Amino acid sequence: MAKEQTTLTGRKIRVLVAKPGLDGHDRGAKVVARALRDAGMEVIYTGLRQTPEMIAEAALQEDVDVVGLSILSGAHMALAPRIMDLLKANGQTNVKVFIGGIVPDEDVPRLMEMGITGVYGPGASTEDIIKDIQNAVK
Amino acid sequence: MISLAEVVLRGDRLALARLLTQVENDTAEGRAALDALFPHTGKAHLVGITGAPGTGKSSLVNQLALCFRREGRSVAIVAVDPSSPFTGGAVLGDRVRMKDLSGDHGVFIRSMASRGSIGGLAQATANVVQVFDAAGYEIIMIETVGAGQSEVDIAKLAHTTLVVEAPGLGDDIQAIKAGILEIADIIVVNKADRPGIENTEKALKSMLDLAHPAPRVFGHHGMSHALPQNPLHAVGEQDAGWIPPLQRTVATDGKGIDELAQHIARHGEYLRLSGDWALRERARLESELEAALRSALMNQFRARVSEEQFSQVLDQVLARRLSPSEAVKVWMNGRLK
Repeated sequence: MAKEQTTLTGRKIRVLVAKPGLDGHDRGAKVVARALRDAGMEVIYTGLRQTPEMIAEAALQEDVDVVGLSILSGAHMALAPRIMDLLKANGQTNVKVFIGGIVPDEDVPRLMEMGITGVYGPGASTEDIIKDIQNAVK
Repeated sequence: MISLAEVVLRGDRLALARLLTQVENDTAEGRAALDALFPHTGKAHLVGITGAPGTGKSSLVNQLALCFRREGRSVAIVAVDPSSPFTGGAVLGDRVRMKDLSGDHGVFIRSMASRGSIGGLAQATANVVQVFDAAGYEIIMIETVGAGQSEVDIAKLAHTTLVVEAPGLGDDIQAIKAGILEIADIIVVNKADRPGIENTEKALKSMLDLAHPAPRVFGHHGMSHALPQNPLHAVGEQDAGWIPPLQRTVATDGKGIDELAQHIARHGEYLRLSGDWALRERARLESELEAALRSALMNQFRARVSEEQFSQVLDQVLARRLSPSEAVKVWMNGRLK
């Protein structure tokens, strides 16, 4: 029967999947959204070309546990800190942020320093992403 | 300590978002807040939007919200999408069509998964709507899951129900079937720039014409009985005054939206003038009261009967030694086998 994906407090894991910036490739984001759905999570999918402000606003209204950002444009070092700042300004300090896309290895430590929970490149397995999210929201 | 409800009444958006989660998960904190907020509810105009998947409900909601915002009214949107029956997961994609509303603090959008409910809404949708009402949102739009023919719960919740159709979805036989079209206070034919619009409109119009000469007549049951049994019919019983208008729209470019918003406002006025507003409120709260009673009784029962006892009786039902209703009789008499 259904295996329910809930946090320790018993609520469903809610994830915002968003694509900030201007690149128009959302296949990866959709694959991840679908995988998280199949893992029993509630995924709020917001579509292409979101500004950091739109993402933070949606994360607030939807009271998500996790924000997943798909960035293929190379603009992660500009977009990620802006989104982290906005989440903080809104009081959402306990939201875990993950990035998927094309991120050079040397940028990963700096992203983690900013408070990003996980970074995934091409070939990352959706099982790993699911496991990491489950561990992060425990 | 200040309660979550008080902070929400002060207009704190993060507190509002968190309370919605509590209410959606039916926690003790959520229930307490609902009790505290209840006296503040009953002011908003609740507008339901339903229709088949892909007819353009989310895009219409987006355009309507922009229109209401131009009039300076605050808008909350509750968008329900289906949960997987197998994993309980969901992809909630209604926000994709509502990007225009971002950055406006007069709009609050909340996505909900249906979580196993089958009437087109989630179990907690009515309570989520109550929180928005108490928080002072003037218009609350409730978008159902893509609905087929019988997901009509929305008509019990909303004051004004929009049924969204689009060209190419069905012929005139679909239009005279019972179900979703019957609950329409306003019929929207979206995607009006598509071929086939004339036929669709004609089929819907003839359905409306068929409906009018035959007033909704009811048996001799008393008012107090008629109301809870069928709120929609009770409304019809009062008068045959509201003729559901048919509005063409093209949600992607905003055509017909101002007119649609006017229909909604007119329907609100009509409800207040005719007294139907109060009737609908009464019917809605009655069914909420019943639901609360049902779940309280159920909880009380489950607290008395262990999982094991329950499954023993279920085994007997499975072996055809007891019918389900006989099993319930046994429990109700307190004699557990």
